[in-house]
Amino acid sequence: MAEFNLPPNSRMKEGKTWPTPPGAKRVKRFRIYRYNPDSGENPRIDTFHIDLDACGPMVLDALIKIKNEIDSTLTFRRSCREGVCGSCAFNIDGTNTLACIKAIEDIKGDVRIFPLPHMPVIKDLVPDLSVPYAQYQLIQPWLQADTPPPAGERRQSPEERAKLDGLWECILCFCCQTSCPSYWWNGDRYLGPAVLLQAYRWIADSRDEHTGDRLDQLNDPFRVYRCHTIMNCSNTCPKHLNPGKAIAEIKTALAQRIL
Amino acid sequence: MASPERPLSPHLQVYKPQLTSVLSILHRVTGVALTAGTLLLTWWLVSAAYGPDAFATAQGFAGSLIGQLILWGFTFALFYHLGNGVRHLAWDFGWGFELSQLRTSGIIMVAFAVGATLVTLIAAYAVGG
Repeated sequence: MAEFNLPPNSRMKEGKTWPTPPGAKRVKRFRIYRYNPDSGENPRIDTFHIDLDACGPMVLDALIKIKNEIDSTLTFRRSCREGVCGSCAFNIDGTNTLACIKAIEDIKGDVRIFPLPHMPVIKDLVPDLSVPYAQYQLIQPWLQADTPPPAGERRQSPEERAKLDGLWECILCFCCQTSCPSYWWNGDRYLGPAVLLQAYRWIADSRDEHTGDRLDQLNDPFRVYRCHTIMNCSNTCPKHLNPGKAIAEIKTALAQRIL
Repeated sequence: MASPERPLSPHLQVYKPQLTSVLSILHRVTGVALTAGTLLLTWWLVSAAYGPDAFATAQGFAGSLIGQLILWGFTFALFYHLGNGVRHLAWDFGWGFELSQLRTSGIIMVAFAVGATLVTLIAAYAVGG
């Protein structure tokens, strides 16, 4: 059953406000979710003031600046800083995206940063992603073929290869996964948009010979059919992929099997 | 260091409503409204079978201000659910999943629901309902 309110231990309090840097002309306020597991206290929202003339253009630049210069306890994941690793996925300005490719100047008003929604929080902006990773493992995201391997590669025509475009680019940042209200309410049984896009990536692969088994695994009231085409997933994907469409392709493939 | 006390990150509290998500939850809201409205419709039909007095009561309620408001809402819910149902039908064929198409089909569907409701109401009052 969907629980719309946050549990008592998850409700956010007003946190610390850090001073405005002296002499700064262009100041942006950053409101950032903080949670310290050692404090025993509820999460809080801290306020930072950033001089945009002394900061890089992206939201991740501001987070790194805060960690380096203001509060070194601020905890977040980041790695590549160019939108290919998927580590710095947060809820920024109301939707999920990667902090490294989200420009600060594109955000009106305060920059509000929360962890990916409806996830257990380990610390600050770091969510526990064990469940989505386990779901990813469930769909067996590797090539499965029973015919003996050929001497060279398993060949594909350009047309067969083109079917994987829009699927292989997924970096598993889980922005879409955690934007989906269906996943919020049924994340223990619904596989979610990121995992289903990955599942379709292998269903659509002409070299994979276990398509039937893959569809059997997904043919379940919860695993795929909790998708109600709310489409937050495709709206929020920082790589401009379309998980909602991939899920529809799975549903179509399931329907065509019995027609 | 797995702690069962880990807080849940905010979701509905922080996620910005999208055109697609608002239209989606309205589909469910109108579906629930249609179920409730159908019960009232059943009451109206049963009262007609029951006798003139019972029918006069039901008809009187339907003609009251509250009754008319409910009928307007029921009409809109019907056309909204119908229009969005057609969108869902298209999606089940795998059509219309580009972001621009989702937006356009949503706007067309709302325009249809509002327009059809107005036409129905104008027709109903013109006939003298």
